[in-house]
Amino acid sequence: MKVEDFAERRIEIDGWPVNLTSYRIGDTFHCRADNVSPGAGLARTTGATREEAEEKAIARAKDLLGRTRRHEV
Amino acid sequence: MAEYAHPEALVTTDWVAQHANDPNVRVVEVDVDTGSYKEGHVPGAIAWAWNTQLCDTTRRDILSKQQFEQLMASSGIGNNTTVVLYGDNNNWFAAWALWQMKMYGHNDVRIMNGGRKKWLSEGREVSTEVPAPAAATYKATGPDNSLRAFLDQVQAALAARSHAMVDVRSPQEFTGEILAPPGLPETCQRGGHIPHARSIPWGKACNEDGTFKSADELKVIYGSEGVDGSKPVIAYCRIGERSSHTWFVLKYLLGFDKVLNYDGSWTEWGNLVGAPVERGAAQPVTQQGAKA
Repeated sequence: MKVEDFAERRIEIDGWPVNLTSYRIGDTFHCRADNVSPGAGLARTTGATREEAEEKAIARAKDLLGRTRRHEV
Repeated sequence: MAEYAHPEALVTTDWVAQHANDPNVRVVEVDVDTGSYKEGHVPGAIAWAWNTQLCDTTRRDILSKQQFEQLMASSGIGNNTTVVLYGDNNNWFAAWALWQMKMYGHNDVRIMNGGRKKWLSEGREVSTEVPAPAAATYKATGPDNSLRAFLDQVQAALAARSHAMVDVRSPQEFTGEILAPPGLPETCQRGGHIPHARSIPWGKACNEDGTFKSADELKVIYGSEGVDGSKPVIAYCRIGERSSHTWFVLKYLLGFDKVLNYDGSWTEWGNLVGAPVERGAAQPVTQQGAKA
Protein backbone atom coordinates (compact mmCIF):
# COMPACT_ATOMS: atom_id res chain seq x y z
CA MET A 1 0.00 0.00 0.00
CA LYS A 2 1.07 3.54 -0.61
CA VAL A 3 0.52 6.55 1.59
CA GLU A 4 -1.89 8.95 -0.10
CA ASP A 5 -3.44 12.35 0.48
CA PHE A 6 -0.75 13.47 2.95
CA ALA A 7 -1.54 16.89 4.38
CA GLU A 8 -0.41 19.08 7.26
CA ARG A 9 -2.01 22.12 8.81
CA ARG A 10 -1.53 24.17 11.92
CA ILE A 11 -4.32 25.14 14.30
CA GLU A 12 -4.53 26.58 17.80
CA ILE A 13 -6.19 24.85 20.73
CA ASP A 14 -6.55 26.70 24.04
CA GLY A 15 -3.71 29.01 23.04
CA TRP A 16 -1.34 26.20 22.10
CA PRO A 17 -0.22 25.72 18.50
CA VAL A 18 -1.02 22.23 17.26
CA ASN A 19 0.14 20.53 14.10
CA LEU A 20 -2.33 18.19 12.41
CA THR A 21 -0.92 15.61 10.03
CA SER A 22 -3.29 13.38 8.12
CA TYR A 23 -2.98 10.81 5.36
CA ARG A 24 -4.70 7.78 3.95
CA ILE A 25 -3.46 4.21 3.95
CA GLY A 26 -5.86 1.94 2.09
CA ASP A 27 -9.39 2.93 3.07
CA THR A 28 -8.43 4.46 6.40
CA PHE A 29 -7.53 8.05 7.14
CA HIS A 30 -5.00 8.55 9.92
CA CYS A 31 -4.50 11.77 11.85
CA ARG A 32 -1.86 12.79 14.31
CA ALA A 33 -1.96 15.89 16.49
CA ASP A 34 1.36 17.24 17.82
CA ASN A 35 2.11 20.13 20.07
CA VAL A 36 4.28 22.31 17.85
CA SER A 37 6.91 22.89 20.48
CA PRO A 38 8.39 20.48 21.42
CA GLY A 39 6.66 18.44 18.71
CA ALA A 40 5.43 15.56 20.82
CA GLY A 41 2.42 13.55 19.80
CA LEU A 42 -0.86 14.30 21.54
CA ALA A 43 -3.22 12.06 19.64
CA ARG A 44 -3.29 9.52 16.84
CA THR A 45 -6.67 8.66 15.43
CA THR A 46 -8.34 7.05 12.44
CA GLY A 47 -11.52 7.65 10.51
CA ALA A 48 -13.31 6.86 7.30
CA THR A 49 -12.69 10.45 6.18
CA ARG A 50 -10.01 13.02 6.92
CA GLU A 51 -12.55 15.15 8.74
CA GLU A 52 -13.56 12.31 11.04
CA ALA A 53 -9.96 11.44 11.90
CA GLU A 54 -9.08 15.10 12.49
CA GLU A 55 -12.14 15.69 14.64
CA LYS A 56 -11.19 12.84 16.96
CA ALA A 57 -7.58 14.01 17.18
CA ILE A 58 -8.61 17.58 17.96
CA ALA A 59 -10.95 16.41 20.72
CA ARG A 60 -8.23 14.32 22.34
CA ALA A 61 -5.64 17.08 22.00
CA LYS A 62 -8.04 19.61 23.51
CA ASP A 63 -8.57 17.35 26.50
CA LEU A 64 -4.82 16.95 27.10
CA LEU A 65 -3.88 20.56 26.46
CA GLY A 66 -6.62 21.74 28.79
CA ARG A 67 -4.74 20.09 31.65
CA THR A 68 -1.50 22.00 31.01
CA ARG A 69 -0.77 24.51 33.75
CA ARG A 70 1.12 27.71 33.07
CA HIS A 71 3.27 28.86 35.96
CA GLU A 72 4.34 32.40 36.68
CA VAL A 73 7.97 33.08 35.85
CA MET B 1 28.31 24.93 1.33
CA ALA B 2 30.07 22.96 4.07
CA GLU B 3 29.44 19.23 4.28
CA TYR B 4 28.36 17.48 7.42
CA ALA B 5 31.30 16.19 9.44
CA HIS B 6 30.01 12.62 9.11
CA PRO B 7 27.69 12.48 6.09
CA GLU B 8 27.80 8.69 6.30
CA ALA B 9 25.66 8.89 9.45
CA LEU B 10 22.65 9.89 7.33
CA VAL B 11 20.80 8.15 4.54
CA THR B 12 18.02 9.49 2.37
CA THR B 13 14.55 8.02 1.98
CA ASP B 14 15.56 7.09 -1.58
CA TRP B 15 18.52 5.12 -0.24
CA VAL B 16 16.26 3.27 2.17
CA ALA B 17 13.76 2.48 -0.58
CA GLN B 18 16.58 0.90 -2.57
CA HIS B 19 18.42 -0.89 0.25
CA ALA B 20 15.90 -1.75 2.99
CA ASN B 21 15.91 -5.40 2.01
CA ASP B 22 19.64 -5.81 1.41
CA PRO B 23 20.89 -8.79 3.42
CA ASN B 24 23.35 -6.74 5.47
CA VAL B 25 20.95 -3.87 6.15
CA ARG B 26 18.44 -3.77 9.00
CA VAL B 27 15.95 -0.91 9.08
CA VAL B 28 14.44 -0.18 12.49
CA GLU B 29 11.57 2.16 13.31
CA VAL B 30 11.74 3.77 16.75
CA ASP B 31 8.81 6.03 17.55
CA VAL B 32 7.72 8.15 20.46
CA ASP B 33 4.23 6.85 19.73
CA THR B 34 4.96 3.15 19.72
CA GLY B 35 1.68 2.38 17.97
CA SER B 36 2.62 4.23 14.78
CA TYR B 37 4.53 1.28 13.35
CA LYS B 38 1.37 -0.81 13.18
CA GLU B 39 -0.33 1.75 10.92
CA GLY B 40 2.22 1.02 8.26
CA HIS B 41 6.00 1.18 8.09
CA VAL B 42 8.93 0.99 5.72
CA PRO B 43 8.61 -2.47 4.14
CA GLY B 44 11.07 -4.80 5.84
CA ALA B 45 11.52 -2.59 8.89
CA ILE B 46 11.29 -3.96 12.41
CA ALA B 47 10.37 -1.80 15.41
CA TRP B 48 11.84 -1.15 18.83
CA ALA B 49 9.74 0.31 21.62
CA TRP B 50 11.73 2.96 23.46
CA ASN B 51 9.87 2.42 26.72
CA THR B 52 10.29 -1.35 26.94
CA GLN B 53 13.14 -2.39 24.65
CA LEU B 54 15.57 0.54 24.80
CA CYS B 55 15.79 0.96 28.54
CA ASP B 56 16.09 -1.05 31.70
CA THR B 57 12.48 -1.39 32.82
CA THR B 58 13.34 -1.98 36.47
CA ARG B 59 15.72 0.83 37.32
CA ARG B 60 16.02 4.06 35.39
CA ASP B 61 18.88 3.41 33.00
CA ILE B 62 19.78 2.56 29.46
CA LEU B 63 20.10 -1.09 28.48
CA SER B 64 22.83 -3.10 30.12
CA LYS B 65 25.43 -4.53 27.80
CA GLN B 66 23.79 -7.94 28.06
CA GLN B 67 20.33 -6.56 27.36
CA PHE B 68 21.72 -4.65 24.40
CA GLU B 69 23.39 -7.73 22.97
CA GLN B 70 20.14 -9.66 23.33
CA LEU B 71 18.18 -6.94 21.53
CA MET B 72 20.65 -6.82 18.66
CA ALA B 73 20.78 -10.60 18.34
CA SER B 74 17.01 -11.03 18.39
CA SER B 75 16.71 -8.25 15.81
CA GLY B 76 18.98 -10.14 13.45
CA ILE B 77 21.71 -7.55 13.83
CA GLY B 78 25.32 -8.65 13.84
CA ASN B 79 28.35 -6.51 14.57
CA ASN B 80 28.81 -5.75 10.87
CA THR B 81 25.18 -5.05 10.02
CA THR B 82 24.32 -1.63 8.60
CA VAL B 83 21.53 -0.39 10.83
CA VAL B 84 19.24 2.39 9.63
CA LEU B 85 17.06 4.02 12.26
CA TYR B 86 14.05 6.23 11.66
CA GLY B 87 11.02 7.33 13.59
CA ASP B 88 8.39 9.92 14.30
CA ASN B 89 8.96 13.38 15.79
CA ASN B 90 11.85 13.99 13.40
CA ASN B 91 13.72 10.96 14.68
CA TRP B 92 13.74 11.71 18.43
CA PHE B 93 13.93 8.14 19.59
CA ALA B 94 15.79 7.01 16.49
CA ALA B 95 18.55 9.30 17.76
CA TRP B 96 18.13 7.85 21.24
CA ALA B 97 18.65 4.36 19.80
CA LEU B 98 21.65 5.53 17.80
CA TRP B 99 23.18 7.06 20.93
CA GLN B 100 22.87 3.74 22.76
CA MET B 101 24.23 1.81 19.78
CA LYS B 102 27.26 4.08 19.74
CA MET B 103 27.71 3.63 23.48
CA TYR B 104 27.90 -0.09 22.88
CA GLY B 105 30.27 0.25 19.95
CA HIS B 106 28.15 -0.42 16.87
CA ASN B 107 30.09 0.94 13.94
CA ASP B 108 27.64 1.32 11.10
CA VAL B 109 24.43 2.90 12.32
CA ARG B 110 22.69 5.66 10.41
CA ILE B 111 19.61 7.85 10.56
CA MET B 112 17.08 8.12 7.74
CA ASN B 113 17.01 11.86 7.17
CA GLY B 114 13.49 13.19 7.62
CA GLY B 115 12.29 10.15 9.50
CA ARG B 116 8.82 8.67 9.32
CA LYS B 117 7.22 11.97 8.36
CA LYS B 118 9.26 12.32 5.19
CA TRP B 119 8.60 8.74 4.17
CA LEU B 120 4.86 9.27 4.56
CA SER B 121 4.80 12.70 2.94
CA GLU B 122 6.53 11.32 -0.14
CA GLY B 123 3.68 8.85 -0.63
CA ARG B 124 5.94 5.85 -0.37
CA GLU B 125 5.04 2.23 0.04
CA VAL B 126 4.24 1.07 3.58
CA SER B 127 3.65 -2.38 4.97
CA THR B 128 1.92 -3.78 8.02
CA GLU B 129 3.84 -7.05 7.86
CA VAL B 130 6.13 -7.60 10.82
CA PRO B 131 9.36 -9.29 9.77
CA ALA B 132 10.81 -12.04 11.95
CA PRO B 133 14.55 -11.83 11.39
CA ALA B 134 16.71 -14.86 12.08
CA ALA B 135 18.67 -14.44 15.30
CA ALA B 136 22.23 -13.20 14.97
CA THR B 137 25.28 -13.24 17.21
CA TYR B 138 26.30 -9.93 18.73
CA LYS B 139 29.18 -8.87 20.93
CA ALA B 140 29.01 -5.35 22.32
CA THR B 141 31.87 -3.22 23.60
CA GLY B 142 31.72 -0.47 26.17
CA PRO B 143 29.63 1.16 27.42
CA ASP B 144 31.45 4.22 26.18
CA ASN B 145 30.53 6.64 28.94
CA SER B 146 32.36 9.47 27.22
CA LEU B 147 29.10 9.94 25.31
CA ARG B 148 26.98 10.23 28.42
CA ALA B 149 26.80 12.69 31.31
CA PHE B 150 25.79 11.56 34.77
CA LEU B 151 24.51 13.89 37.46
CA ASP B 152 27.85 14.28 39.24
CA GLN B 153 29.54 15.22 35.98
CA VAL B 154 26.91 17.84 35.26
CA GLN B 155 27.29 19.27 38.74
CA ALA B 156 31.07 19.38 38.35
CA ALA B 157 30.76 20.96 34.90
CA LEU B 158 28.44 23.59 36.30
CA ALA B 159 30.79 24.39 39.17
CA ALA B 160 33.81 24.65 36.88
CA ARG B 161 31.93 26.21 33.94
CA SER B 162 33.89 23.72 31.90
CA HIS B 163 31.17 22.72 29.43
CA ALA B 164 28.66 24.42 27.19
CA MET B 165 25.30 23.37 28.59
CA VAL B 166 22.54 23.12 25.97
CA ASP B 167 18.91 22.91 27.02
CA VAL B 168 17.00 21.60 24.01
CA ARG B 169 13.48 21.80 25.45
CA SER B 170 10.91 24.37 24.37
CA PRO B 171 11.42 27.98 25.47
CA GLN B 172 8.48 27.66 27.87
CA GLU B 173 9.98 24.65 29.58
CA PHE B 174 13.30 26.49 29.75
CA THR B 175 11.82 29.52 31.47
CA GLY B 176 9.76 27.44 33.89
CA GLU B 177 6.39 28.54 32.54
CA ILE B 178 5.45 24.90 31.99
CA LEU B 179 6.82 21.80 33.69
CA ALA B 180 6.39 19.40 30.78
CA PRO B 181 5.59 19.65 27.08
CA PRO B 182 2.03 20.93 26.53
CA GLY B 183 -0.47 18.12 27.00
CA LEU B 184 1.92 15.81 28.84
CA PRO B 185 1.87 15.14 32.58
CA GLU B 186 4.13 17.25 34.78
CA THR B 187 7.12 15.15 35.73
CA CYS B 188 9.20 17.50 37.87
CA GLN B 189 8.86 19.44 41.06
CA ARG B 190 10.46 22.65 39.83
CA GLY B 191 10.49 24.46 36.51
CA GLY B 192 13.37 26.32 34.92
CA HIS B 193 16.78 25.30 33.70
CA ILE B 194 20.30 24.45 34.82
CA PRO B 195 22.11 27.73 35.54
CA HIS B 196 24.07 29.12 32.59
CA ALA B 197 22.46 26.71 30.11
CA ARG B 198 21.70 28.03 26.65
CA SER B 199 18.22 27.53 25.22
CA ILE B 200 18.49 25.92 21.79
CA PRO B 201 15.32 23.90 21.16
CA TRP B 202 16.02 20.68 19.29
CA GLY B 203 13.64 21.58 16.47
CA LYS B 204 15.84 24.45 15.35
CA ALA B 205 18.05 21.82 13.75
CA CYS B 206 15.27 20.62 11.44
CA ASN B 207 13.62 21.75 8.25
CA GLU B 208 9.84 21.64 7.79
CA ASP B 209 10.09 18.31 5.98
CA GLY B 210 11.85 16.76 8.96
CA THR B 211 15.32 16.69 7.44
CA PHE B 212 18.30 18.25 9.16
CA LYS B 213 19.35 21.77 8.28
CA SER B 214 22.59 22.28 6.41
CA ALA B 215 25.92 22.30 8.21
CA ASP B 216 26.24 26.03 7.55
CA GLU B 217 22.84 26.73 9.08
CA LEU B 218 23.55 24.51 12.07
CA LYS B 219 26.86 26.27 12.73
CA VAL B 220 25.04 29.58 12.89
CA ILE B 221 22.22 28.24 15.12
CA TYR B 222 24.57 26.79 17.74
CA GLY B 223 27.42 29.26 17.24
CA SER B 224 25.18 32.24 17.90
CA GLU B 225 24.55 30.76 21.36
CA GLY B 226 28.25 30.30 22.02
CA VAL B 227 28.19 26.58 21.24
CA ASP B 228 30.95 26.17 18.69
CA GLY B 229 32.81 23.06 19.77
CA SER B 230 35.60 24.97 21.47
CA LYS B 231 34.65 23.35 24.75
CA PRO B 232 32.82 20.13 25.62
CA VAL B 233 29.05 20.18 25.37
CA ILE B 234 26.39 18.66 27.61
CA ALA B 235 22.93 18.45 26.06
CA TYR B 236 19.82 17.81 28.10
CA CYS B 237 16.04 17.91 27.81
CA ARG B 238 13.36 16.25 29.98
CA ILE B 239 14.15 12.54 29.70
CA GLY B 240 17.08 12.46 27.32
CA GLU B 241 15.54 11.68 23.95
CA ARG B 242 15.30 15.19 22.50
CA SER B 243 18.83 15.81 23.73
CA SER B 244 20.07 12.68 21.95
CA HIS B 245 18.74 14.32 18.77
CA THR B 246 20.86 17.40 19.47
CA TRP B 247 23.75 15.15 20.56
CA PHE B 248 23.61 13.53 17.10
CA VAL B 249 23.58 16.93 15.38
CA LEU B 250 26.56 18.25 17.32
CA LYS B 251 28.58 15.03 17.21
CA TYR B 252 27.90 13.73 13.71
CA LEU B 253 26.70 16.65 11.63
CA LEU B 254 28.91 19.37 13.09
CA GLY B 255 31.69 17.01 14.22
CA PHE B 256 32.22 18.38 17.72
CA ASP B 257 34.71 16.20 19.51
CA LYS B 258 33.22 15.97 22.97
CA VAL B 259 29.44 15.92 23.28
CA LEU B 260 27.63 14.25 26.15
CA ASN B 261 23.96 13.42 26.46
CA TYR B 262 22.67 14.02 29.99
CA ASP B 263 19.83 11.51 29.88
CA GLY B 264 18.87 12.16 33.50
CA SER B 265 17.87 15.56 32.17
CA TRP B 266 15.19 17.71 33.76
CA THR B 267 13.30 14.80 35.31
CA GLU B 268 16.42 14.29 37.40
CA TRP B 269 17.63 17.87 37.91
CA GLY B 270 14.16 19.37 38.42
CA ASN B 271 13.36 16.84 41.12
CA LEU B 272 16.68 17.02 42.94
CA VAL B 273 16.65 18.46 46.44
CA GLY B 274 18.92 21.48 46.62
CA ALA B 275 19.82 21.64 42.93
CA PRO B 276 20.36 25.17 41.66
CA VAL B 277 17.68 26.26 39.22
CA GLU B 278 17.47 29.36 37.10
CA ARG B 279 14.15 30.64 35.81
CA GLY B 280 13.25 32.98 33.01
CA ALA B 281 14.81 33.56 29.64
CA ALA B 282 18.50 33.15 28.97
CA GLN B 283 20.72 36.19 29.09
CA PRO B 284 22.47 37.35 25.92
CA VAL B 285 25.70 35.66 24.95
CA THR B 286 28.92 37.60 25.20
CA GLN B 287 31.65 37.27 22.60
CA GLN B 288 33.30 34.66 24.78
CA GLY B 289 30.14 32.57 24.76
CA ALA B 290 29.44 33.26 28.41
CA LYS B 291 26.37 34.97 29.74
CA ALA B 292 26.51 38.73 29.99
